[in-house]
Amino acid sequence: MPGKLKAKIVAGRHLPVMDRASDLTDAFVEVKFGNTTFKTDVCPKSLNPQWNSEWFKFEVDDEDLQDEPLQITVLDHDTYSANDAIGKVYIDIDPLLYSEAASVISGWFPIYDTIHGIRGEINVIVKVELFNDLNRFRQSSCGVKFFCTTCIPQCYRATLVHGFVEELVVNEDPEYQWIDRIRTPRASNEARQRLISLMSGELQRKIGLKVLEMGGNAVVGYLQCFDLEGESGLVVRAIGTACTLDKLSSGSAPNTNTHMHPNTAPASNACNSPSKDGKEPVFVEDLPSSSGPPTPFRALPTSSSSPPPFSPSKPCSRQSSSSDTDLSLTPKTGMGSGGSAGKEAGPLRTLLRQQTQTALEQREFPFFTLTSFPPGFLLHVGGVVSARSVKLLDRIHNPDEPETRDAWWEEIRQEIKSHARALGCHAVVGYSESTSICEEVCILSASGTAAILNPRYMREGCLDIGCTDHRFEDPSPPSCGFCHIPYDELNMPFPAQLTYCYHCRRQKVPDVLFTTIDLPSEAAVAGKGCLIQARLCRLKKKAQGETNATAISNLLPFMEYELHTQLMNKLKLRSMNALFGLHIQISVGENMLLGLASATGVYLTALPAPGGIQIAGKTPGDLSNEHISSIQKRINDTIAVNKELYQINPPELAEEGVGSPIPEPRHRSRLFRSHSESSDELSELDLSHGKKDAFVLEIDDTDAVEDIHSLLIDAPPPTGFYSCNTENMPGISNWTSGVQMFTSVRVLRLSNANLTNQGLNKIFTDLCENLLKSFYFKLRSMIPCCLCHLNFTVAVPEEELIQVTVTAVAMTYDKEQTQEKTAEKPVNKGSLEAEEQLQFPLELCADSSSSNIQTASKISGVAESTNISPRAASVDYGSFADRCSTWLELLRLKAHTIRRGSVKTSRRTQSLAHSVSSLERCSPLQEGRSRSLRSSRSFGGSSVTVVKMTPLSFLPGIRIIKYLGIINMFFIRETTSLREEGGVSGFLHSFIAEVFAMVRAHVAALGGNAVVSYSMKECVFMENPNKNQAQCLINVSGDAVICISETDQESSASTANTGQTGGGGTDGAT
Amino acid sequence: MSVELDVFVGNTTIMDEEVYQLWLDGYTVNDAVKVRMEGGVMDECEASKDVLLSDTMDQYRTFQMCERLLHSPAKLANQLLFQIPPHRQIMLIERYYAFDDTFVREVLGKKLSKGTKKDLDDISAKTGVTLKSCRRQFDNFKRVFKVVEELKGPLVENIRQHFLLSDKLARDYAAIVFFANNRFETGKRKLQYLSFQDFAFCAGQLISNWTVGAVGESSIDPSYNMVEDMDVDLDKEFLQELKELKILITDKDLLDQHKSLVCTALRGKTKVFPEMETSFKNLSRGLINIAAKLTNTKDVRDFFIDLVEKFIEPCRSDRWTAADMKLYLTHYTNSAHILDTFKHQVVWDRYMGVVKSCIFKMYHD
Repeated sequence: MPGKLKAKIVAGRHLPVMDRASDLTDAFVEVKFGNTTFKTDVCPKSLNPQWNSEWFKFEVDDEDLQDEPLQITVLDHDTYSANDAIGKVYIDIDPLLYSEAASVISGWFPIYDTIHGIRGEINVIVKVELFNDLNRFRQSSCGVKFFCTTCIPQCYRATLVHGFVEELVVNEDPEYQWIDRIRTPRASNEARQRLISLMSGELQRKIGLKVLEMGGNAVVGYLQCFDLEGESGLVVRAIGTACTLDKLSSGSAPNTNTHMHPNTAPASNACNSPSKDGKEPVFVEDLPSSSGPPTPFRALPTSSSSPPPFSPSKPCSRQSSSSDTDLSLTPKTGMGSGGSAGKEAGPLRTLLRQQTQTALEQREFPFFTLTSFPPGFLLHVGGVVSARSVKLLDRIHNPDEPETRDAWWEEIRQEIKSHARALGCHAVVGYSESTSICEEVCILSASGTAAILNPRYMREGCLDIGCTDHRFEDPSPPSCGFCHIPYDELNMPFPAQLTYCYHCRRQKVPDVLFTTIDLPSEAAVAGKGCLIQARLCRLKKKAQGETNATAISNLLPFMEYELHTQLMNKLKLRSMNALFGLHIQISVGENMLLGLASATGVYLTALPAPGGIQIAGKTPGDLSNEHISSIQKRINDTIAVNKELYQINPPELAEEGVGSPIPEPRHRSRLFRSHSESSDELSELDLSHGKKDAFVLEIDDTDAVEDIHSLLIDAPPPTGFYSCNTENMPGISNWTSGVQMFTSVRVLRLSNANLTNQGLNKIFTDLCENLLKSFYFKLRSMIPCCLCHLNFTVAVPEEELIQVTVTAVAMTYDKEQTQEKTAEKPVNKGSLEAEEQLQFPLELCADSSSSNIQTASKISGVAESTNISPRAASVDYGSFADRCSTWLELLRLKAHTIRRGSVKTSRRTQSLAHSVSSLERCSPLQEGRSRSLRSSRSFGGSSVTVVKMTPLSFLPGIRIIKYLGIINMFFIRETTSLREEGGVSGFLHSFIAEVFAMVRAHVAALGGNAVVSYSMKECVFMENPNKNQAQCLINVSGDAVICISETDQESSASTANTGQTGGGGTDGAT
Repeated sequence: MSVELDVFVGNTTIMDEEVYQLWLDGYTVNDAVKVRMEGGVMDECEASKDVLLSDTMDQYRTFQMCERLLHSPAKLANQLLFQIPPHRQIMLIERYYAFDDTFVREVLGKKLSKGTKKDLDDISAKTGVTLKSCRRQFDNFKRVFKVVEELKGPLVENIRQHFLLSDKLARDYAAIVFFANNRFETGKRKLQYLSFQDFAFCAGQLISNWTVGAVGESSIDPSYNMVEDMDVDLDKEFLQELKELKILITDKDLLDQHKSLVCTALRGKTKVFPEMETSFKNLSRGLINIAAKLTNTKDVRDFFIDLVEKFIEPCRSDRWTAADMKLYLTHYTNSAHILDTFKHQVVWDRYMGVVKSCIFKMYHD
């Protein structure tokens, strides 16, 4: 009985009129926790009642404390009939359960009713007294901290990163219980809200237990999702990264240190290391240093051995897990093959790799949900790995138990793991999972970025050794090291054009790099980044059960392929060579599939400059040359404009040096390729890919023309605007104080029943583009500004409806400073690198040619990834039908899953070492432009705390001093008077505003003044205009924090924070 | 293909002042879009008509949701639904309660009843103010009226505190409430030339000098100090006392004496002196009669029309300039002090002070 929960009901205000006769309300309150209920007195005839109740005390297990929310119900007393409910407040008391966080929850909460929305507010005080837990077999995990933030939170230092934690709980959905037929919509909604709250609590507790077991004390990058499966149940699942975090003494540490530095980690933490990893501490420490000198280092990737051989068994296993829905009911058996492949490869690797590999291999899933890492943590990045699987929900044998779903995810994760291994990587970072459900079909997706991590972070004791810094810096300079290929260039998992790093000239880099993580703060970039989206619609026939699932899984690879092609083309069109924060969402509807890929494009100076895009007819004279040349001209113009726009002008210093190591590019007027081509053709193709070669698009029919047009449709953001979907905007770091978080939802009804894929694509593309245009327009007063963390979610709520939900934050920045920075950096670094690079011209020459051959000969084994590999030299824009036929053959053999690496090379030397820019992460708060937004304004003695919200992990000019716990809230809103509430838009508009208000109120009650890493996980909207009804479910999450203005803080503590304080004078910290 | 649903919600509520004004002015969404397009917003940020439409709809919805709060502006500050920076809140309130002078001129002094509300479409047609805007303004008047009706204390201060309005706007509302309460006639043809601001000024004078709560009033019973409506109703006792002024016209000697004092003072100072001399008795009778009749509610209503008919019009037909008027009234008022048989100096000053400033204000084309 280790906890006492105390609650006091103080007062209410702005209550609705419940008694028409008197225009007043006789309100009282029920306070419920678990099965215990208390009541206040009735406060007669008042819309602003003062209850000032006694302390209601609940004596409960801490297990319950974690699972249950405190439930407060406000009612109107009625002498003769049943009391009417005014509304409810659910308070998650989890933040009170760990010592450092909030000690009391106290404040005004909106009283929420699922039918009427917010109806007044109630002032509540909640406290918890925890007793010592004597039970060693405890089921609770009080004290484990949770963070939604996908980096190491400010004001903490990670002493150890333990790794992946996941959990999943299932329950019957109250909406589908028999009782739902007889209860009111309100009762049904409340049952659902309460259940999900309970399940989230349970899930968090279980994950907490796993973390404790691993020896950690926190979960970072906590990602919780709901699957509303319908009949088969309601699933709440979560993934995260277990860590041991140390709190930095408040105020004293500059933000930059937040990212743990290996050498600063205290030795005392050694004992915390997870039991699983501690086994092989031996020479990890020494290995990195041995790779210091250039020669051994180069030996790493070239050694003929390395990447996991593509044994014939492998593709098969991959296929079984992801692609084949029809088989989805049989649990996957081939797991061993994936695992063994890795093991075979093990002994052949260099020691360094072997060591880390084994360390990581001991974990079931070496996955990390983090997207940005302390400097030095990421050694190399291989590329994006993803897996999808189509499942039938009505085939779950035991729907109430989590086993089946666990097995499904297990399969997918195994597949991801094997993909990563194929890329020569031992870990997956920036990992996330999602689902899309339509009727009984469910698509499970997972994606991440294959990577090699610094082994020091993986094992016991490693963090303590302080002197190692320079060992690492040598082989991979921080500004480019992560771009170096982790796989063996002789055995590349997919054909890629490799060159020597344009930065250090020592290691190979791919021509293009795709990742799901944030741009590492130390990466060298040229110019600014920009949001790049690929959008795609595919019609499918309506079908049931297995037929439907098969149809969907047959479509998936095509969609992935096309999305990929689009991304690639758009990337080239912007003259960029890397994508960060790549997120591909595929959403299923009854008669169509929607695919949306978003990423932030950037020019990495370590990678080769992208060639242009070249247009070619299928056969000469097929289409009038004029036409082609006019398109070509438009494309060239666009590229030129984009270079200007994103200020991509890396110095050409290295040009000459580059010339020699790389084989003379063969200039060909036209490249031709179709997927059915034999392997020698392919090899020819790859060889032809000299660095200067343009990316070739073929035009052979009208569809292809359309495609190209659609490429050019994407309007660049208006002057003064930039956009990205990552945490950091490449090229901008000097944020000023303006912050405006927003959510926008748009639903389109397709009236035309016989739409073609093309038409649908156009509609979908326009929808996304128009949304962006709307944002720019609405936020024009913030110019110069950047839309950060643009997170698009698509759904097909009903046949003929397309829903797009966007959450993002607009932040203002100082134009002047940016330019200065870009201007001065490149020069010195450039010259430095140029010298170094000259040392290995010969080696390079030899390597690159041999690698090409290697790849070609391997093609049969990796065909599946070839097809979509980013560097695919030419993309066949043949008709869809053509593609299908050639593709299908491959698909039969290969998995549906797609793996992308990115690879390649170019010149470019300077580093805009924007490491300074990483400081952006310093600061918080500031909403809107007005700095006058003072934290509170009082009237009649009450005040409302200003709570800022952002999907990012930081707020500009403001420093987070305390994390108060995660906010994870689920709301349902329903109406039976849709027209009266202003139609669907009016309904949803007020609901979203209400959700914001409730989040802010909870944060304020915890004593916080901001929410970081905010996200809207779910926004499910259903309507029935004929019945004048609509229903919406929203799930939001984020980290509640207290933060103070950087300027304030500097005065108190001597922080060397460069912070672009930009007038942060705002925000009254509480 | 149609947009079924389209919303944009910011954590800090985004409001465009221009659109807010269009909304307040009662433009439909489509009309507002047209106005904005003509205004050239489209050039900013390469917006298209669709973008503008979507933005306008969003903003209109936001305003509609805020409207409920604007009805009791104090709530705006401590509500949780919209996060609006304080200076924006002030702007929202101030604009919401702003009104068109042309509109208010039409309803000034009318009963703020349902009957009047029914006539709003006529007023809308006449003034060119949209019906929607008319309704909002009318409802504002009514709401302020209702609230202050039940409050004690100074009228302007009550309005300012309760509706968080600027001093200027609070004074204007005080005038509107005051006129509505006393039902002053303002609609007659002869009064058409007067603007709302003219009346508002006069109302201010009346409120601060003729009501129970008027400052410097010493003759009031201390228990009166915080009576209801102390600023809204005229001081009955004072009105009674005004009857005493009749002596200035009924007593022949007093009238002659007064006239000669005034004429002596004015001689040679103005071109219209002869006309002043001739009309002195008429004008004086006019002003004093107005004072004497104010005990009748009916005559209170006609206060302004009487001032115009009995004083302003005769003067105007004699082509007095504003300076002449000032000169005349100053001497007219001051001379009465010298009359030794005239004992009602305090009442006289209280009366003439207001009448003088009202006439100054009203004496124009």
